[in-house]
Order: sequence, then structure tokens, then C-alpha cells
Amino acid sequence: MEATKKVKESIISKSHLWTSIKKDWQLYSLILLPVIYLIIFKYGPMFGNIIAFRRFVPGGSIIGEEWVGLQYFNMFLNDPTFYNVFANTFILAFLLLVITFPAPIIFALLLNELKSQLFKRFVQTASYLPHFFSVVVVAGMVFEVLALNGPVNSLLASWGFEKISFMQLPEWFRTIFVSVDLWQTLGWGAILYLAALTGINEELYEAARIDGANRWKQTIHITIPGILPTIIVLLILNIGNFLQIGFEKVLLLYNPLTYETADVIATYVYRVGLESGSFSYGTAIGLFESIIGLILVLGANYLSRRITDNSLW
Amino acid sequence: MKQSWQYKIFRVFNITVLMFIVFVTLFPFFNIVAQSFSSEAYINSGQVSLWPKGFNVETYKQIMSDTMFWINYKNTVVYTVVGTIISLILSTMIAYPLSKTRLKGRRFLTLFFVFTMFFNGGLIPNYVLVTSLGFGNSIWAIVIPNAISVFNMLIMRTFFQNIPDELEEAAIMDGSSTFGILFKIVLPLSKPILATMMLFYAVTHWNSWFPAFIFFSDKELFPVSIYLRNMIKGAEATVGTGATAADNMVQISANIKSVTMVLTVLPILMVYPYIQKYFVSGVMLGSVKG
Repeated sequence: MEATKKVKESIISKSHLWTSIKKDWQLYSLILLPVIYLIIFKYGPMFGNIIAFRRFVPGGSIIGEEWVGLQYFNMFLNDPTFYNVFANTFILAFLLLVITFPAPIIFALLLNELKSQLFKRFVQTASYLPHFFSVVVVAGMVFEVLALNGPVNSLLASWGFEKISFMQLPEWFRTIFVSVDLWQTLGWGAILYLAALTGINEELYEAARIDGANRWKQTIHITIPGILPTIIVLLILNIGNFLQIGFEKVLLLYNPLTYETADVIATYVYRVGLESGSFSYGTAIGLFESIIGLILVLGANYLSRRITDNSLW
Repeated sequence: MKQSWQYKIFRVFNITVLMFIVFVTLFPFFNIVAQSFSSEAYINSGQVSLWPKGFNVETYKQIMSDTMFWINYKNTVVYTVVGTIISLILSTMIAYPLSKTRLKGRRFLTLFFVFTMFFNGGLIPNYVLVTSLGFGNSIWAIVIPNAISVFNMLIMRTFFQNIPDELEEAAIMDGSSTFGILFKIVLPLSKPILATMMLFYAVTHWNSWFPAFIFFSDKELFPVSIYLRNMIKGAEATVGTGATAADNMVQISANIKSVTMVLTVLPILMVYPYIQKYFVSGVMLGSVKG
């Protein structure tokens, strides 16, 4: 009885699916091409990671020549450079999380205290600008501003300090990188917080004022709780993208003199794979990073569902 | 309302801090503009910060008469236009079906797209795929593999979802097909989102440099971003793709680099008043989950 019922149900649902496909065939045909596109250009390379386990020869088969198992993984586990780039990646990612994540929140709170809407709009408009510059132009500006005869060194010289060749010194790289990231994202990152701020009920402030709370107390007890959901959602997204530290920017800003602190996993993969032609070795390192990244995203999404009832999918 | 003296002090402090932020944000840009109009001697002695010294427009004339600069500039325009069209069409083709809650398999398809946001094949498998398809040294290497931004697609989907169903139902009564509805009703109503998406994609394509850097070895195909990149990193050796040995020899002056940077960002600056308005509304839309 049970079984026949199930079979019947599945027949019904199958025919149901068929009728809905027939009814909406135009919608399905629209999405067909993008799906094929995605299979080739996004899922294809995922499958292409097979060359991390197979010896790849440029110009040979795109899935490699022969199975070598974990040889390339053993190789990077015994590669001292790997540990260095791994550490550098985590240090930069950590610095970005603790500095460039909270900064836009503070910036939004400061903007929120402005009485003049005109001045507020001026500050906002100016602060978005770096977001639209190409990373190549950004790097170019950094090189100019920090050049030996550039404005920063001129200022240092006029205060009686020694000039510093910023871009050649490994001890300066992290400071420069984080500052540049802050410069690019401060204004842009504040948009969602500013939107959340305008959504806070004005009556709450009214009530607090009647109770004699000053502006600082209002900020602590009304404003910050008001934007807390936004902060949590963005924090979770940030944790998910923890390892994505802007590899193109590193590639433009670093040089062999600063590899010690500047070289990250992605730039190492680029050099090993595309500059030296060790495709399989580079893929193995890249795959390792992608898997850590995926675990972080899944973990962040799980946290998000538990804490905020909001998940990415 | 009476303000406490602490709050008054805070407001002065706040305005000062924000003015300082504005100054720091805009400084690098004004610095390169000033350098681009200055003479080399003043730049080298570190005298140029916000105002040009030894006013000079010769470098502008020089760069603008460089044929390679214009070839590369024109390439960027072509890549941006073609790339934006492809991206817009593909995104619409995904976003519209996914905006229909009645569509069977919608959840699965959405996940299928969203997953690629968080996990990608990585640099080298992508490189192998694109080169083995024969896309190297062709426009397709840069406009096809990065055509879809899933994030942008989700913003579009949210917008389509908010179009009242009644409008479409009325069209169905009149005998319109799905395609008819899409072209006659949905797309005309979606002009604001299409404009926003167009700007999103256009800025991304305009600023793109890395795909061209790894896939192109032919100088005539470089976008202007690679022209600039090779100037900035001119003194360094590279893969062999992207930069050639000849320009590794030359140390390029700060003045020339600044002129190129100004010319590269000029189109972005000209549309900036529009893009920033559209971008802000786009980001807001993106934050509303569908």
C-alpha cells in the first residue's frame, strides 16, 4: 500500500514537473545558456583542480599526464616559503579584519552627528572616490605619494626626519597595505551603516532626551543597538571572505625586496604557477587555500543562521 | 535644545576629523594631478604636493601623441563596451527566470550560481581553461570568463521580484508570451536597475587589468591599464606576458606616470557624479534579501 502510494506520488510529481517545464519552457530556455556558461567557466576550473593530483605539462592534456597522488601537497608541506606566505596571508587578513572592518562603522557614526546635510554629503561623496579607481591607478598613486622625493618624505624631511624608501622595506609593507585598503574602503563601507542609521526610530531618541540621556548615552543605548544587526551580518560576510585580501593589489605593490612580509598565498601561486610554469604545484597550493576559504564561508554561514536567522543561501 | 559643553567640543573635534579624512582621501589624487602639470625638476626636488610647480603641459601633448597609448586606450573602450553588453545580457537571462517564485528548481539553480561566489577553481585551472580554449591574445579572454557577477545578478533578481505580478498577469490575458512580457513590460520598467548594472559592469571592465596581464603578450591588444601598469612597474622583470623586455630598461619619470594616471581615471571622474548616486542605490538594493 505504502509503496504504491509513493510510486503514485512520484509519478504525479514527475508529471507535475514536466507540465511546469512545458508551461515555463521559455524561462528555462533563457537560463539554459548561462547555466552552460557557468558549467564551463566556473565549474570547469573547479574540476580542473584535478591537476593538483596529476602531473601537468603545459601544452599537454588539460587534465594532466599521470596520477601522482599527494606528491604536490607533500611538496608544499616541505617548502619553507609556503609557511612564510601562509603566515603573511593570515597576518594581513587579520589586520584587515580588526582595522578596516570597524573603521567604516566609526566613520558612519561620526557622519551621523553632523548637523549640516550639505557638509555630510560632501564628506560622503569625497570618501567614495577611491573605490572607483582602478587598482593599477591606486598602486601608482601609492608609489608617487611614498616616493623618495614624494610629499610624505618631503614632510618627514621638513620635520627633520630621515627619508624612508617605503616601498623597499619589508617592515613597512603591512602598514602601507592596510592603510591603502582603509583609504579605498572607508567611505564605501559606511554606506550600509548609514542606511541602517536612518532606519532608527526618531521617537527612541525623543524618549531618551526626555529621560535626560546625553548624546553619548544615546549613541551607546540607541544608535549602536540599532545598527548591530547590520554589523553582525557584515562581520559574518567578512569572516567568510577572510582570505580574500586583494591579491591584485599585493601583486602591484610588492617586489622581491618586500617578499618577506608581502608575499601571500595567491601571489606565490601566481609566481610558482604562471612565472615558473609549475602548474600542478601552483594548483595544489591554490586548492589548499580555496578549501580553507570554503570552510570559513560555510562556518560563517552556519554562525549567521544560528545568530541572526539570516543565511546566505 | 541646550547642548552640553562636552558635546560642543565633540562637534568641533568631529568636523576637524572629518575634514582631515576628506583631505587624506583626496590628497593622492590632487597630488598626481599637480605632478602631471609640473616640470620634472620640481617633482624630483620634492616640491610638488597640491599645486603644480613649473607649469608644463608638454607631457600631456607627448602622451597624447603616443600611438600606443591611443591604441591601448581604444582597446579599453572596446573591451568595456563589449564586456558590459555581454555581462548585462547574461545577468538578465539568469535574474529574470530566478525572480519567478513559481519556477521549479529555482532554489537549486540559485544555489548553483551563488556557490561560484564562494568557491572558484583558482588561478591556474582558470588559466589552463582559458588558454586551452584558444582565448589567449583575444578579447574573449577578458570579457567571457568574468562576465557574470553573481552579486549584481542577485540585485537584479530582487528588482524583478518587486515588479507587481498584476502587470504580467494582464499581459498574459492579452496573450503575451514570456519573452513578450520580458521585452515589453519587465525591461522597460527596469531601466533604473539596468542603468545601475551597466555602470557597475562598465566600471569593473574599465578598471580590469589582471586578465589582460596574464593572457596578452601582444602590445597592440593591451588595455590602457596594462600600459599604465608597465610604466609603474617598468623597472621590474615580469612573466614575459604582459610586459616586454624593452620597457624594462627605461626609468619612467613621475611626471609621465602622473599624466597617464590622470588620463586613465578621467572617464571615471566624468561619470562620477552619476555613478556614485546609482552605486549607492545599487548597494542598498543588494542589501535587501530576495
